[in-house]
Amino acid sequence: MFWKSTYNEFIKIAAKPRSYIGIAAITLIVGIILFAMKMDGLEFISFVTAPFEQALSFEGNILNGNLIAFIILQMLIIHVPLLIALVTGDLVSGEGAMGTIRLLLTKPISRTSILFSKYIAGCAYTLVILLWMGFMALVVGKWMFGTGDLMVLNSDGLIVLQQQDLGWRFALGFSVAFLSLVMIATLSLTLSCFSENSIGPIVSTMAIIILFTIIGNLDVPVLQIIQPYLFTTHMMAWRSFFEDPLPYDDILHSLLILAIHIAGLLVIAVYKFNRKDILS
Amino acid sequence: MEEKIIEVNHLVKHYGKFKAVEDVSFDVYRGDVYGFLGPNGAGKSTTIRTILSLIKPTSGQIRMFGKDLQTDRNYILQRIGCIVEKPDFYKYLSAEKNLEIFARLSGVNVTKSKVHEIIEFVGLKGREKDKLGGFSHGMKQRLGIAQTLIHDPELIILDEPTTGLDPQGIIDIRNLILQLKNEHKKTVLLSSHILSEIELIANRMVIINKGRTIVQGSVSELLNAQELIVSISVDNIEKARQLLINASLEKAIDKIENNNLLLHISQEKIPFVNKMFCDNGLNVYSIEAKRKLEDYFLKLING
Ligand SMILES: Nc1ncnc2c1ncn2[C@@H]1O[C@H](COP(=O)(O)OP(=O)(O)OP(=O)(O)O)[C@@H](O)[C@H]1O
Ligand SMILES: [Mg+2]
Repeated sequence: MFWKSTYNEFIKIAAKPRSYIGIAAITLIVGIILFAMKMDGLEFISFVTAPFEQALSFEGNILNGNLIAFIILQMLIIHVPLLIALVTGDLVSGEGAMGTIRLLLTKPISRTSILFSKYIAGCAYTLVILLWMGFMALVVGKWMFGTGDLMVLNSDGLIVLQQQDLGWRFALGFSVAFLSLVMIATLSLTLSCFSENSIGPIVSTMAIIILFTIIGNLDVPVLQIIQPYLFTTHMMAWRSFFEDPLPYDDILHSLLILAIHIAGLLVIAVYKFNRKDILS
Repeated sequence: MEEKIIEVNHLVKHYGKFKAVEDVSFDVYRGDVYGFLGPNGAGKSTTIRTILSLIKPTSGQIRMFGKDLQTDRNYILQRIGCIVEKPDFYKYLSAEKNLEIFARLSGVNVTKSKVHEIIEFVGLKGREKDKLGGFSHGMKQRLGIAQTLIHDPELIILDEPTTGLDPQGIIDIRNLILQLKNEHKKTVLLSSHILSEIELIANRMVIINKGRTIVQGSVSELLNAQELIVSISVDNIEKARQLLINASLEKAIDKIENNNLLLHISQEKIPFVNKMFCDNGLNVYSIEAKRKLEDYFLKLING
C-alpha cells in the first residue's frame, strides 16, 4: 500500500505543470550563464586569477567546464530551494486547496504512510532537479568549454585541483548539496502540513532561508553564537570537498546538523499531519 | 438481530468554543438506505467527516462493522466508498487517471477494465481521457459516484450528492441509490436537507438540528403518523371556530392567524370539517394538509 501511494505521488508530481517550472528555470539560467561565459568569461575569470597566474602551475584552459560547473553550483544553490519548495511546499497544502485531501485521507492507509509517500516523491523530485543542474553545468559545460584543472578561491587563498582529482569531489559535493536541498524539501513539506493554501508554505520556506542567511552573515557576537546551528550555514558544505586537505570535521559536523534538522522537521510534520482536522 | 453497520454514540465536536456537534447518536443497519437530515449548519458534514476519520471527535464513540474507528480505522475505511461535500479531483489528471489514483489506495485490486466499466456506468464514456479541469459540476459528481463504487464497498456514504445537479441528474442519483440497495445489497448513508428526497428512497432516517439528534427511526413510521397539521383558510374565522367547538373539535385548534386556522386532525376528519363549513355558509378558500414531522422539519429549515 505504501508503495502504491508513493507511485501515486510520482504520477501527481509528473502531471503537475508547476513541476516543470524548475526544470525550465534551470535550463534557462544555466543556459544564460554558459552563454555569458562563452562571450566574456575570460575577462571575468582573469579579474580573479591575474594576481596568481605566474605563481601557479596550471594545465589546460583556466576557463573550463569544471570551473563553470563549480561557479554554477555556487550561484544556484541559493536559488534552487525556491524551485524545490514550489513543488514540495504544495504536496500537502495543494491537496487541501484542491479538496482532494478529503478523499485521499478516507482511504485505508495511514496518514503517516501518505506523508512519507509524499516525502519520498518530493526527495526524488529534488534529486531530478539537482541532477538536471549537474548535467547542464558539468556535461554541457565541459562540452562547451573543454576540461582542465579547477582553480578554487578558498578562504586561505587560491588552490588548483588537478582534473584527474575532480570526479569524486563533484560526486560527493553533489551528494552533500542533495542533502541540503532535501533539508529544504523537508522544511517546506512540514510547513505544508500547517497550511490550506499552496502559496503560504513556499513563501514561508523562502522567508526562513532569507532570514537565516541574513542572521548567518551578520558579524554580531549574539548572532555568532547561533550561527553554527543554522541550517543555512551548512548549505554550503558541499564546497568543503573542493579543499585540500579535506576538512573532515567540518563536513561531518555539517552533515550532522542537516540530518538533525531533517529528522526534527519530519517528526513535527508527522505529528501535525496525524492530528490535523481536515476542514477544507 | 440485524447487523449494525454504523453506531454513532453521543458524538460531540467543538471547534474551539463553537459547538458544531453537541450530541448526535444514531444506528445504521446492513441494507439500509439511511437518511441523514438536518437544516444547513446542523452538523451533518461534521458528523460525516468524523465517521470518515477526517476530523477527531471531541468526545463520543463511533463503531462501524462492529469495530471501533479509533483502533480499526483501515479495516473500516476499506469497506467504505464516500463523497464528502464537493466531489473534488486532481484537475491536472484525466478522469481515468483520477479513478486509478484512488482505486490504487482502496485496498482492492481494480483492473483497467473495471475502471472503464464504471466510467461507462456513470455515463462519462468518451470523456475518460479529458482532464478534470474542464469538467462541469455534474460530471465531477458522476465521477465522484464512480469513485465511491470502484472498489465495491459495503457501505456508501454520500454527503448531499444531489446539490448542484439538474433534475435529470437528481433522478439518476436517486435511481442509482435504489439500484445499489436492491440489486447490490449495499448500505447507503445519505445526507440531505430535503425531507421529500429522503422520503423517496430511505427506509430509516435521523433528523439533527443544531448538532443534536431530534428523532430517528423508520421513515414510514415517522412520516405516516396519523395526525396531520391542516391549514384551512376561510372568510369568517370566528364562525369557523364556533362550529369546531360545537362539533367538540376545540382541542384540535392549534393556532388562528389572519384568516387561517391551523388544526391537528386525522386525515379522515378533513372532509367532515370541510362539509361542515360549507353547509354552514362559510367560504373555504384552501385546505392544506401537512404531516406533522414534515411541518416540523420545514419550520427548522425556514428558521
Ligand atoms: N472549521 C470550522 N470552524 C468553525 N466552525 C465550523 C467549521 N466547520 C463547520 N463549522 C460550523 O459547524 C456547524 C456545522 O457545520 P456542518 O458543515 O457540519 O453543517 P451541515 O449540516 O453539513 O450543513 P450544510 O447543510 O450547510 O452542509 C456550522 O454551524 C458551521 O458553521
Ligand atoms: Mg454539509
